[in-house]
Amino acid sequence: MTVRLALLGGIYNNYLALEAALRQASELGAESYYCLGDIGAFGPHPDRSFPLLHQYDVQCIQGNYDDSIGNELDDCQCGYTDARDNYFAQKSYDYTLANTSDENKRFLKSLPNELILEIESHRLLLCHGSPRRTNEFLWESTTPTHFLEWFFRERQVDFIAGTHTGIKWHQQTKLGRFVNIGVLGRPENDGQTNVWFTMVEVSRDEIRTSFHPVQYDHTRLSREMHQEGLPDEFIETIETGWWTTCLEILPQKERKAGQF
Amino acid sequence: MEFTPAQISLSHLDELWFQVTGTRCNLTCHHCFISCSPHNKSFDFLSRQEIQQYLQESVELGVKGYYFTGGEPFLHPDMVDILCDTLQFGPATVLTNGTVLKEQWLNRLSKAQQQCRYSLEFRVSIDGFDAPTNDPIRGDGTFDRAIRGVELLVQSGFLPIITATRTWPDSEDQKVLGEFTTMLHKRGYQHPRIKLLPSLKLGAEQARTEAYSEHERVSDTMLNTLDQQQFVCEHARIVTDRGVHVCPILIESPDSVLGQDLKNATEQPFDLNHGACFTCYQYGAICSNVSLNTTPERGSE
Repeated sequence: MTVRLALLGGIYNNYLALEAALRQASELGAESYYCLGDIGAFGPHPDRSFPLLHQYDVQCIQGNYDDSIGNELDDCQCGYTDARDNYFAQKSYDYTLANTSDENKRFLKSLPNELILEIESHRLLLCHGSPRRTNEFLWESTTPTHFLEWFFRERQVDFIAGTHTGIKWHQQTKLGRFVNIGVLGRPENDGQTNVWFTMVEVSRDEIRTSFHPVQYDHTRLSREMHQEGLPDEFIETIETGWWTTCLEILPQKERKAGQF
Repeated sequence: MEFTPAQISLSHLDELWFQVTGTRCNLTCHHCFISCSPHNKSFDFLSRQEIQQYLQESVELGVKGYYFTGGEPFLHPDMVDILCDTLQFGPATVLTNGTVLKEQWLNRLSKAQQQCRYSLEFRVSIDGFDAPTNDPIRGDGTFDRAIRGVELLVQSGFLPIITATRTWPDSEDQKVLGEFTTMLHKRGYQHPRIKLLPSLKLGAEQARTEAYSEHERVSDTMLNTLDQQQFVCEHARIVTDRGVHVCPILIESPDSVLGQDLKNATEQPFDLNHGACFTCYQYGAICSNVSLNTTPERGSE
């Protein structure tokens, strides 16, 4: 028997991409849906994502942003270290905090910070950043195989999925498979306007993952971001597919792949 | 009230550092916290074989990244081989003054990086955005030589992180960053990565300015509301020819040696009873690659 899961990373208020991804995952045979956190941030109209999550019965994990919004903290705990990145992150955070309903804040506050699924004798750990820290960045070029194996040993699982960085990648190790599922909230700094989600197929013998591009109405998203007064730098990313902020946290290889 | 120093245990060995050329450097910077120079032989080179053994040992411990410092790492005759070896295990970062880099070395390293999935980061120390601001600290002619190194790195496809130790008031950070950015643009580095570092009042810097006062210490109560990750010793160790030490800053302190093998050195807690621990408390992440281009939120209570 094969069980198909859809894993959705950082939505960042991009309810248009979320809607498209859910439809696409359903067509691919997804039996259950998981969101690995950061429902808010970056985009417009925070409350528009929640009805879609409930409609598809998406099980959500609390990302750093969800923890902040749910508990009405002062900032998003994104882990940026650069003054410019923090400036834009704060603008986006203040907007999202002000435009998220109390009911949705209570929902965000109630979310678990990880899920462990037991399927077909496999143990799958779903988290936001890493199994040890919600806002840890696991980039492909700075995450050694033996570091991942340490997680598999520590947590006694054979599959780990995270998001948080905004760029998808995967690695098969001797002890299990790790996948960074990418995000729905913004393109992944490759000059393309699409975003990504991940399908996982679990059978007795193996766990397979596949990345799926999502085309959505990004011109409508950028128009709504303009209307809501969100930063031009964020809108540029939606329109061009290149990151204009959050660049200082990128390791060299990931930074070189972008335009800035 | 009686002062009780804070104690930190290592949560996980994320960063493994190597004092690869000991205290040997081709420069004699006036702010060097371990007084490196061409003649300082108090710490010796590590051999390629020694490093290979520690790399092997690090696999079981799940180390996340490897860092090389000195002295000047590129005085080591095997430095290029050592970095190529390391990239077989994980991401590597080398801290250099940029003045002795050779094109053929960088071409080889660029190829090695392309052939593996890990990043090789260069951190180049330049302490001013021109010769008049840099050379009084790092030595005559060092600005031009270091910038030439940066140009070579950029031409070889690297995006070096320029690290500048703050010898100006915190309030001037943004102005200094702007000057650095303009200068690097002119040298062909279009999207420069710049990291500002606090000075450490140890070694030569202690003579240049002042020592830590007895009040600049981290007490256990100061840790109550603090994320301990910002202390290097919470997630790092460094290997020198004397053994495994608690952090890259304190290698000259006798109590910093925690043993000869990595596993033992990861199991011992450390008392934060040094002045430099207070700088870690104030600024955090001073040894990591990401930029910390903001002034500290906590003042000198």
